[in-house]
Amino acid sequence: MSLDAADVEKIAHLARLGIDAGDIPDYCRNLSDILAFVEQLNAVDTAGVEPLAHPLEATQRLRPDRVTETDERDHFQQVAPQTEAGLYLVPKVIE
Amino acid sequence: MHQKTLVELAAGLRDGQFSSEELTRTCLERLRRFDAGLNSFITVTETESLVQAQAADTRIRAGEAGPLTGIPYAHKDIFCTRGVRTSCGSRMLDNFIAPYDATVTRKLHEAGMVMLGKTNMDEFAMGSSNETSWYGPVRNPWNPERVPGGSSGGSAASVAARLVPASTGTDTGGSIRQPAALCGITGLKPTYGRVSRYGMIAFASSLDQGGTFTRSAEDAALLLAAMAGFDTRDSTSVERPVDDYTATLDDPLKGLRIGVPMEYFDTGLDAAVGAAIEAALAEYRKLGAEVIEISLPNTHLSVPAYYVVAPAECSSNLSRFDGVRFGYRVADPQDLQDLYERSRGEGFGAEVKRRILIGTYALSAGYYDAYYLKAQQVRRLIREEFMHAFEDVDVIMGPTTPSTAFRLGEKADDPVSMYLSDIYTIAANLAGLPGMSIPVGFADGMPVGLHVVGNYFAEARLLNTAHRYQQVTDWHTHCPTGYE
Repeated sequence: MSLDAADVEKIAHLARLGIDAGDIPDYCRNLSDILAFVEQLNAVDTAGVEPLAHPLEATQRLRPDRVTETDERDHFQQVAPQTEAGLYLVPKVIE
Repeated sequence: MHQKTLVELAAGLRDGQFSSEELTRTCLERLRRFDAGLNSFITVTETESLVQAQAADTRIRAGEAGPLTGIPYAHKDIFCTRGVRTSCGSRMLDNFIAPYDATVTRKLHEAGMVMLGKTNMDEFAMGSSNETSWYGPVRNPWNPERVPGGSSGGSAASVAARLVPASTGTDTGGSIRQPAALCGITGLKPTYGRVSRYGMIAFASSLDQGGTFTRSAEDAALLLAAMAGFDTRDSTSVERPVDDYTATLDDPLKGLRIGVPMEYFDTGLDAAVGAAIEAALAEYRKLGAEVIEISLPNTHLSVPAYYVVAPAECSSNLSRFDGVRFGYRVADPQDLQDLYERSRGEGFGAEVKRRILIGTYALSAGYYDAYYLKAQQVRRLIREEFMHAFEDVDVIMGPTTPSTAFRLGEKADDPVSMYLSDIYTIAANLAGLPGMSIPVGFADGMPVGLHVVGNYFAEARLLNTAHRYQQVTDWHTHCPTGYE
């Protein structure tokens, strides 16, 4: 599977990942090489095989819905770039 | 003092031969002397380490010491350490002072270990050479022109150079075992779920596992015992008591059935490495083990399956790095889109971006079934193959890596070639099985590692298997020139 510049741009947008226009040919090449490499998987007959998402096939552990943690928002927001009144600030979204 | 094992250090501290403060100062001195040439540390916590050492000395004098109290270690910079920078080898977290401790950090602190600093690593644990770090590459103490392996290159190099007697690592596709092999030390990746991932910055959540670097299996048993255990804060942590890893270390290996996959000995394996592995297997026969040839026909599928699953999971895990709540934020973002794109574009390095892109593609609409689902199906086939093999053998052995440490820069432009250096280690992560690498010789002056894989939660068996070998050989005691 070969990717072209438009493909790479589209995927980068999905990932909200800024890439320089000058790097796009390298990304096309590297990503196409990787995809060509993983093509081998298609030769394998996996009809009827259940996907394995967790090595030990565990399921999500549940606990009683009771408050057990303390509010540490102020402490955790100390590492934030910009906050106000407990909220995280970003450039204006709605015009 | 720097050549002593954890076991010897514990005895020396207990008997008052030296104090934790003296030991810590010795390590710090060696770090100052040698690390400019290795670059194995990102952050050195000198002041805090001496405070911890003094506290440990108080405990030791009061007779309240445990087996690891007062012993210095280096901590891979992927584990959150409260109040200390936790960079994950990335510009994205260069300014991140972790507000909490990882469970592993907390456990080692409670055991009284002294943290000397945070070690260098491939960015976000993505790499096999420690060349993708924002903080520059780590050099192999055996030859500074060669890589130490990755992603836990700093942790491996610092132990091999005897800057510290032990360090922590993480292993998603081989990132403990491969550097252990390339640096001539003992590395252990436990069963998935054995060691808590809380506070261990996530790369691929179904593959990541924290583990140990030491210079012997006996030492690994001590360190693993302190790190392992059920944690309610990690929803993938397994509720199973921790075995007494030291109790069975000396068990004789008579009757141990060792499976050696024929697929591991093809043209991709360096001949000199293969010869060292054969010599190790001969030692195991002398110890009473039976070496049985087995077949793992899906071996060649592990690397492609991994390079769909791991990037897919990483693309999801790394979406949290958006410049909003922590980490790198671009200056003067024009709008929200720009904030995300440039913070991530500038904060992440090339290999991380490659993997995010591959992962995003594999999970995107129209491709999910063809790539991610397919890879997870192949993953089940790989696991079943191991389960079938373990009906006839107790452990599976082979080379840890196809060659010894390659040169810095040698594979930098060829991602797929870099990925193939994990060919022997990756399957254990896909299946969630425990694995170790121990030094078994040299090829062209560079260390060779033997890879040993066990069944689920068979860490005690692996440690016993490795320890008995280390009792009759001395490869694990060899020290790189200049670091004696």
